[in-house]
Amino acid sequence: MDLTLKIWRQENAQAKGEFKNYQVKGVSKDSSFLEMLDVLNESLVDKIESPVCFDHDCREGICGMCSLYINGRPHGPDDAITTCQLHMRKFKNGETITVEPWRAKPFPVIKDLVVDRSALDEIIQSGGYTSASTGGVPDANAILISKYDSDLAMDAASCIGCGACVAACKNASAMLFVSAKVSQFALLPQGQVEKERRVQKMVAKMDELGFGNCTNTYACEMECPKEISVSNIARMNREFLGAKLFSRETV
Amino acid sequence: MTKLNSKTPHGPLAEKWTNYKAHQNLVNPSNKRKIDIIVVGTGLAGGAAAASFGELGFNVKNFCIQDSPRRAHSIAAQGGINAAKNYPGDGDSVYRLFYDTIKGGDYRAREANVFRLAEVSNNIIDQCVAQGVPFAREYSGYLDNRSFGGAQVSRTFYARGQTGQQLLLGAYGALSKEINKGTVKMYNRKEMLDLVVVDGKARGIITRDLISGKIERHSAHAVVIATGGYGNVFYLSTMAMSSNGGAAISSWKRGAFFGNPAFVQIHPTCIPVHGDFQSKLTLMSESLRNDGRIWVPRKKEDAEAIRAGKLNPNSLKEEDRDYYLERRYPAFGNLVPRDVASRAAKERCDAGFGVGTGLAVYLDFAASIKRLGVEVIKARYGNLFQMYEKIVDTNPYETPMMIYPAIHYAMGGLWVDYELQTTIPGLFAGGEANFSDHGANRLGASALMQGLSDGYFVLPYTVQNYLAAEIGTGPIPINTAAFDEAENKVKERINRLLNIKGTKSPDYFHKKLGHVMWDNVGMGRTKEGLEIALKEIPVLRDEFFKNLRVTGTPDEFNPELEKALRIADFFDMGELMAYDALHRKESCGGHFREEYQTPEGEALRDDDDFMYVAAWEFIGDGVKPELHKEELKYEAIEVKARNYK
Ligand SMILES: Cc1cc2nc3c(=O)[nH]c(=O)nc-3n(C[C@H](O)[C@H](O)[C@H](O)COP(=O)(O)OP(=O)(O)OC[C@H]3O[C@@H](n4cnc5c(N)ncnc54)[C@H](O)[C@@H]3O)c2cc1C
Ligand code: SF4
Ligand code: FES
Repeated sequence: MDLTLKIWRQENAQAKGEFKNYQVKGVSKDSSFLEMLDVLNESLVDKIESPVCFDHDCREGICGMCSLYINGRPHGPDDAITTCQLHMRKFKNGETITVEPWRAKPFPVIKDLVVDRSALDEIIQSGGYTSASTGGVPDANAILISKYDSDLAMDAASCIGCGACVAACKNASAMLFVSAKVSQFALLPQGQVEKERRVQKMVAKMDELGFGNCTNTYACEMECPKEISVSNIARMNREFLGAKLFSRETV
Repeated sequence: MTKLNSKTPHGPLAEKWTNYKAHQNLVNPSNKRKIDIIVVGTGLAGGAAAASFGELGFNVKNFCIQDSPRRAHSIAAQGGINAAKNYPGDGDSVYRLFYDTIKGGDYRAREANVFRLAEVSNNIIDQCVAQGVPFAREYSGYLDNRSFGGAQVSRTFYARGQTGQQLLLGAYGALSKEINKGTVKMYNRKEMLDLVVVDGKARGIITRDLISGKIERHSAHAVVIATGGYGNVFYLSTMAMSSNGGAAISSWKRGAFFGNPAFVQIHPTCIPVHGDFQSKLTLMSESLRNDGRIWVPRKKEDAEAIRAGKLNPNSLKEEDRDYYLERRYPAFGNLVPRDVASRAAKERCDAGFGVGTGLAVYLDFAASIKRLGVEVIKARYGNLFQMYEKIVDTNPYETPMMIYPAIHYAMGGLWVDYELQTTIPGLFAGGEANFSDHGANRLGASALMQGLSDGYFVLPYTVQNYLAAEIGTGPIPINTAAFDEAENKVKERINRLLNIKGTKSPDYFHKKLGHVMWDNVGMGRTKEGLEIALKEIPVLRDEFFKNLRVTGTPDEFNPELEKALRIADFFDMGELMAYDALHRKESCGGHFREEYQTPEGEALRDDDDFMYVAAWEFIGDGVKPELHKEELKYEAIEVKARNYK
């Protein structure tokens, strides 16, 4: 297939970016979107032009490294997948495809389509874990967990930290991401001891880093490649409220 | 040859590790604060080690290439992690896990290390559960297990098809906790380009900041390499795009020996190659072999008709299908170890029975769907089926999946002793980056186990034993001649690549190298083929240094430069693998020399001449490395021919 690509180019964080048009010809419909960009980049190198920078690594939908806002949707037009799993058969021959970076204040552009998502790490560092040090823990079967809760925790734990939810949200809210982590631990006995501290710390960090408020538009859930449910946000709100009302310590 | 000392502790096998820990040297809490440890890599091995060092109170500097430690390639592991818990009560034990691992590795691993691995395997599961890793459970609330290749018990713990992700996020949580405490300082998007050795000891690394291009110096009292495997030397593999062999090659060139470089694993169940634009191969988890049956047509005419699109595989009658694994290996059937399954697929395809492009076999779920129902299959493998359908565009619930072997894992790596220390004092290696406990072939679900064992339960002890002698050293300065020399060398390497100004991209050379490797150092190796590789790699390297084009500058975010640096190292890696494969005149595990096979086509080991770890010493660029041997002795195990029939 032959395509026109309208791609955001930006030299570095300080530079003013702009769209540039590129033609790619003879793309296989069986190639992935990133492989199509590889083909474009090979042709740019051939012309001694600078290739388009984009983040990627595993190329199988699990590392959360790839991003891209394609034709107005994070991770492109297919549902429940990441950009690296998007295949060209989803597009039409002759189509013009617009490719932009995640656009959200807490995710500054590094170059072209690459953004800085370290804010998500910072939120986790503020409390998104259990504090079990290595060694000295009970036998794995000492505490039974109902399959139902464990499955729900696993649903929440599937988040790959890609940031599409933030990019999709008009307020750049990170609620889906944060609630997924809070929920995973809220559903498990191992997460109980620190649950009040955890939710308060994480929410405070999220606010501090400039993520917006949740106004329940659910764009995040629609664009999440791992189909993380907004019911996690409701659970987190309950946890947060409970912690604020009943917590014996102030965090 | 006197240089290698495995430092295996004395005493009975089952007591070695306990005794080691009882007598090792420790560092007291106030001294720990004064000691720096560099950990390169944030995968299961690196992440777990960095977090554990932090908990102990050391000053840790942790590095990774990606924008976050959570994205290390361990995240992609699907199937599961082994442990000798024996929860199902089906006869498992530490000894059996140890035995299966040694046998699976075709008797080319060090007994004491493997026993320790089996011994701590149970602690790993406990640790992960305490971290909140949501392993699969039964309705009773107890943990669930599944079976994996090469074992007759169910000892594999799993979290849907995302076990690596969940384990890594557990380690990432522990790491985040330590970053928050300030014991670990995290350096994202920084690539180690050289090791700094001062007075014979590993004292630091040189990195390139992947955003600004800045070359930086970092010092420490000990350095841990946990940078994963080098499978990408083949260009197409199941590895992530940035997986590389650079840190290991730099360490090798600074004096660390490289163990068994020829031992790489070819995984039998990957989505077949379908075009030359392709950038990677996708694994379909081995767990699929629990319920899928592997077959090709029994008649060549049928295979041809299927390839030509004239025959639908579903219409082929039972008697016209050849379930070749069940036929050849009745005891293990579709669950034979990976090397055996891969070779059997290649054998059928080479003989003309392949489907698809000719280089593919079927993995068929029809019988299981009939037996268990679609819903059960969906619950077990739904995400894998979906992944397959997205890539190949056919529905595996209706048409059998097509699979073919692909490069997946490196058993070879930096040679380490019992303490996981390389031949450079103060330089340790963990996870896939060391030559590992898997001998010539790794069993499924054992890499995650080894990575976490090294990271949580071995390195925190052994590195400390080394550091006990460093408490009086004081901070390691970075303004010394050794750092100058290493930094200048890195800068020269970069400038050399940028100044070639040729016409071909890094990927062009990587693909070419990949072809040479796959054709000659892949699944079926011969003396002739390996000699061809040893001739072609230097020619290709010469062309690379004459005709490479790297766009952009060194002082910016420049993925083309990153690739070029890694490919330059892959040439050395490829050559090293070919030397090792050529010298090992036997077939064992993943290393199959066509000259050495039984009349039935099984691997033919030569225990008299090759029961050793080959450890290669770097002598100089373009010079054949020097071979050292660590003889392997088996005391607790009787060495036998591997038999899965
Ligand atoms: C698709 C797939 C599925 C798998 N499934 C299973 C399974 O089910 N069970 C199982 O047991 N095993 C499985 N494996 C194998 C297993 O996942 C790996 O062997 C293991 O995770 C490796 O962990 P590691 O910590 O050694 O390295 P990795 O996880 O590869 O981490 C390497 C780290 O080093 C960093 N790094 C590398 N080079 C540099 C450098 N020069 N400078 C700075 N940082 C650097 C990277 O950024 C990264 O953080 C699978 C592998 C693949 C590819
Ligand atoms: S919640 Fe979904 S969209 Fe948001 S970071 Fe996680 S996986 Fe990505
Ligand atoms: S590259 Fe890993 S999720 Fe897309």
